[in-house]
Amino acid sequence: MREFTLIRARSGAQALQALAAYPDARLMAGGTTLYDLMKLGVERPQHVIDINGVDEFKRVDTAANGELVLGSLARMSDVAADPRLVSDYPALSESLWRAASQQLRNMASLGGNVLQRTRCAYFRGGEPFACNKRVPGSGCAAQDGIDRGHALLGASRHCSATYHGDFAVALVAFDAVLDVLGPNGMRTMPFEALHRLPGDRPDLETTLAPGEIIARIRVPATPLGRASTYHKIRDRESYAFALASAAVALQMDGPVVREARIALGGVATRPWRAREAERALIGQRLNIETALAAGFAAFAGATPGHHNAFRIDLGARTVADALMIASTRA
Amino acid sequence: MTTHASAEQSGSPGPQIDRRDFVLSVVALASASSAASAAPVPAAPVPAAPAPAAPDGPTVHAGSVPLTFVVNGQARALAVDPRTSALDLLREGLQLTGAKKGCDHGQCGACTIHVDGRRVVSCLTPALQLDGRTVDTIEGLQRPDSSLHPMQQAFIDHDALQCGYCTPGQIMAAIACVREGNATSPDRIREYMSGNLCRCGAYNGIVAAIGQAATQMRVG
Repeated sequence: MREFTLIRARSGAQALQALAAYPDARLMAGGTTLYDLMKLGVERPQHVIDINGVDEFKRVDTAANGELVLGSLARMSDVAADPRLVSDYPALSESLWRAASQQLRNMASLGGNVLQRTRCAYFRGGEPFACNKRVPGSGCAAQDGIDRGHALLGASRHCSATYHGDFAVALVAFDAVLDVLGPNGMRTMPFEALHRLPGDRPDLETTLAPGEIIARIRVPATPLGRASTYHKIRDRESYAFALASAAVALQMDGPVVREARIALGGVATRPWRAREAERALIGQRLNIETALAAGFAAFAGATPGHHNAFRIDLGARTVADALMIASTRA
Repeated sequence: MTTHASAEQSGSPGPQIDRRDFVLSVVALASASSAASAAPVPAAPVPAAPAPAAPDGPTVHAGSVPLTFVVNGQARALAVDPRTSALDLLREGLQLTGAKKGCDHGQCGACTIHVDGRRVVSCLTPALQLDGRTVDTIEGLQRPDSSLHPMQQAFIDHDALQCGYCTPGQIMAAIACVREGNATSPDRIREYMSGNLCRCGAYNGIVAAIGQAATQMRVG
């Protein structure tokens, strides 16, 4: 691992000050992504800012009926077990506890989780492999490589690396927003605007400006929360990244869908809101046929590579099963 | 060289140096020598930022990082290379070799320890994050009368291991699993123990052992 200088920040202002002084610095919270990639030599920061002492990023407020306020340094395991999330937003809770292991969830922060980097083996594998995300302009080894786990939606010829996070998928389904602290103070942005498509610059992953820090995530109060689920299909039953996943939320008029939210995970280059699938469902009676039609609508724009086409059918059925599970909670 | 563990301030390798100590002394050289001569590395103020000069700016640690924490009830004061993992510090610096290095990337759970009572993987915990915290490892389970923790006894009773390499991590994860309230059914135990891999495939025994110990721990 490359040597680095540690900087400890104990307030948001100190963290901003450190980022201004060392523009190349990386922020470290739980470390489960950054420290791992530093061991692999994929991340090579000269300065690391430890923000675990910044108490103002830890506050969680999930009081009944209001919006959810989730500090970016809150830990995944704590938020997954929050009684309000469990009862009123099961998709959010499930997206957290169906990710990683309890050990990692005890460590990982929400902010770090949504900013986690891809698990593409060519990105993580380092030097022997071309990767436009790791070394801009070097090419993409996945284009002619093993792409079983690569993205079906949102890919470009420069990068088809999957965004593997789960929580972010549930957040886009619920129209969450981010409060971002920067040199000019706090700004609020839609969560869905955080992650970029790879296009011809896959090295640019988010819309955060240099020197900005995610302070908290806010989820609006919504009647859609309760009838929701995060359904995740993996190669094994637990502790694996998604082959396909879906965050869905429903508001029903009896058997008819009044409003629907559908977001896809594990199949796209960024957290993926499937609005065409939502439109296909609104006003329909929900049954397995209409649910499957919505599922396939979500994948209408899919562009399979060499080894990943099976995940189109799998993904559509994941959406359909998620809708049926959510409807039992309406 | 994959380890960057530090020697303790108080204890330096003796004159009889074996290969292991030699390797340790080399990796620990920078921090050990500075630690021997003086206090932990002094904190320097951050260079002037646009804002008015802040006397309470962030702390910059050039070189090694001072670290005080409690491990298995014993206070420790060290200086570590900031690259050091908690696992390497425990194993190579403090000779607490119970936590095992399996994958070193947070994928197998063999290095599970407790920090402030919560289970974490020590391979992905930078040692610098232990500052001011309380660490418990498998070595700390030993009781004054040398009897086994109910979870250790349960692993024996249910033949919950073959080679035993994953066992310290399994047991530390399992104790936390019970304390969290996540050992309430075989399915829930499987879900909340999924971060601990056993390549011998002793899973049935592990689930049974945790079920037994959970009952005893709730009573006891």
